[in-house]
Amino acid sequence: MYYAVTIATLITMALALTRALLGPTVYDRVLAVNMFGTKTVLLFSVIAFLAGRPDFLDLALAYALINFIGVLAVLEFFRSRAARRADEKREPERSVAARHGGKPG
Amino acid sequence: MTIVFGIFLLTLLVITALGIVHTRNLFVAVMLLGIFSLLIALNFFILDAADVALTEAAVGAGISTVLFLGALALTSERERLGTRHRWLSLAVVASATLVVLYATFDKPRFGDPNAPVHQHVAPWYLEKTPEYVDIPNVVTAVLGSFRGYDTLGEVFVVFTAGIGVLFLLSSRRGGANHRPPGERDASGIGLREHVIPRVVGRLLVPFILLFGLYVQFHGEYGPGGGFQAGALIAAAFILYALIEGEDRTLAAVPQRWLNALMVGGALLYGGVGLAGIVLGSNFLDYSVLGADPVAGQHLGIILIEAGVGMTVTGTLLSIFHAFAARDRA
Amino acid sequence: MMDLILDVVSWALLSAGGVFVLIGGIGALRMPNLYTRMHAASVTDTMGAVLVLTGVMLQAGLSLATIKLAAILLFLLITSPTASYALASAALLAGIKPDAGHAADEATDS
Repeated sequence: MYYAVTIATLITMALALTRALLGPTVYDRVLAVNMFGTKTVLLFSVIAFLAGRPDFLDLALAYALINFIGVLAVLEFFRSRAARRADEKREPERSVAARHGGKPG
Repeated sequence: MTIVFGIFLLTLLVITALGIVHTRNLFVAVMLLGIFSLLIALNFFILDAADVALTEAAVGAGISTVLFLGALALTSERERLGTRHRWLSLAVVASATLVVLYATFDKPRFGDPNAPVHQHVAPWYLEKTPEYVDIPNVVTAVLGSFRGYDTLGEVFVVFTAGIGVLFLLSSRRGGANHRPPGERDASGIGLREHVIPRVVGRLLVPFILLFGLYVQFHGEYGPGGGFQAGALIAAAFILYALIEGEDRTLAAVPQRWLNALMVGGALLYGGVGLAGIVLGSNFLDYSVLGADPVAGQHLGIILIEAGVGMTVTGTLLSIFHAFAARDRA
Repeated sequence: MMDLILDVVSWALLSAGGVFVLIGGIGALRMPNLYTRMHAASVTDTMGAVLVLTGVMLQAGLSLATIKLAAILLFLLITSPTASYALASAALLAGIKPDAGHAADEATDS
C-alpha cells in the first residue's frame, strides 16, 4: 500500500531536482529545494512505516523543523545583501573604507 | 524494491553532483548542495542507518546551507576559472577512480549474509551489547562504549575546527572599524521587519530546543545522540539569529558561554576517561563509574553524550557568529 | 471489519496524497512563471502532506507513532506556507514581476 506513495514522491523529487537545475532565477531553485525538503519529510515518514520501523519518525520530525531554516537563511541573505548595497550607495567612501579596513585584503 | 529505490536515489545523486560541478554561480551550487545532503540522508535511511541519516539531515541540509550562505555573503558569487592544468587533474582523478573501482571487485556482494562483517563483527556486537552495556540502540553502545576512543577523537576534531575558525575569523569589536553606537547599519538586524516569518520562527524555536534535548537523551533508545542533538540546538539558535538579528542572539547567549560550551564538552569527555584511571581501571572504562558495571556504563554514556552535544553546539554557533559578525565589521 | 474499513480509507488517503504530490511536481516543472510555480508547489505540498500523513496515522492506530506523525503534520502545516510567503515576498522585493504577459512571450519564444 505504501509503494504507490513512495513511487509518486520519488518521481516528484526527480521533477523538483530538474527545476533546481533548470530554473532561470535563483528563486526557482530555492523553491525546488524547499519542495524537495518537504517531500523528503514525507518519504521519511512513509518509508519508516514501509520498513516496519516506526521509531525512525524522529528523523522526519527533525527535518520538518530544520527545513524552514534553509529558506529563511536565503531570505536573510538577500535582504542583507540589498541592505548593504543600499548602504554603499548612500555613503560610498565611508562604508567601503569600513569594509576594507578590517579585512587583510 | 529497496534496491530499486536505492538505485533511483543514487542516480539523482550523480545528476546533482554533476550539476554542482558544472555551475559557476556559487549560490546555485549551495542550493544544489542542500539537495545533495538530502539525497545522501535518504540513501542512509534506506540502508537502515538512522543515526547517520539524522546527523546528515540536520548538519548537511540545515546548518551547512546557512554557513555556506554566510561565507557567500563575504565573497563574490561567481567562481573564478583559475585552472591551467585541467588535463592533468582529469588524469589524476580518472586513474584514482579506476583504482577504487578495481578495488571494489574484491568486496563481498551487497547484503551478502556470508560476508565477514555479517558473520563475525555484527553478531559479536549484537551479542555483547545486552551483556555489557544493556541499552537498546547498539549504534550508541558501539559509538559510546566499545569504540569510545574514536568518538573522543571526533569530539576533539570538532573542537579543533571551532578554535581554528575562531582564530581565523574572530570579529574585532573596536579598533579601526568601530562604528559609533548611535549609527547601525541595516545588515545585522535579521528579518525583524517581516512579521509573518518572525512570528512563526519565534513559535518554533522552543520546540526545536525541546526536540534537541529529546534527541540528546533518547540516543540510547532510538536514533539520536550527542552529534544530532548539538546540531539541532545550534539550529534553534541560528533560527533565532536569522529572525531577530545576530546582536540579540549574542545578547541571549554570549560568546563566552559558547567558548565555555566548546571547551567544557571536550573536557567532560576527557574527564570521564581520566576518571576511569583514577578509580583504578583503564582510560575510558566506564564500568568502574557506578555500583555495578552496567550502571557504570549507563552513567558513562550519558556523560560523554552530554560532552559531545555541548562541544558540537558551541562550535557550530561560534562558527555561525564568526561569519555573521565578520560581515558586519 | 473495522480493520478493512481502516485499510480502505487509509489506502484512499495515501493514493490521493500521492496524486497531489505528483501534480505539484508536474506543476513546478511546467508552469511558465516563477509565481505560478510557487503556487503549484506550495498548495499541493501542504495538501499532499495532510493527506499522506493522515493516511499513515490511520494505519498506526493509537500509539506513540501517531503522536509523532501528528507533530510532523502540525509543523509542516505551520512552516510550509510561511516558507512560501517568505520566498514570494523576497522575489517580489527583488523586482521579479508576476505578469502573465511575460509568460506569453516565453511561450512564443520557445
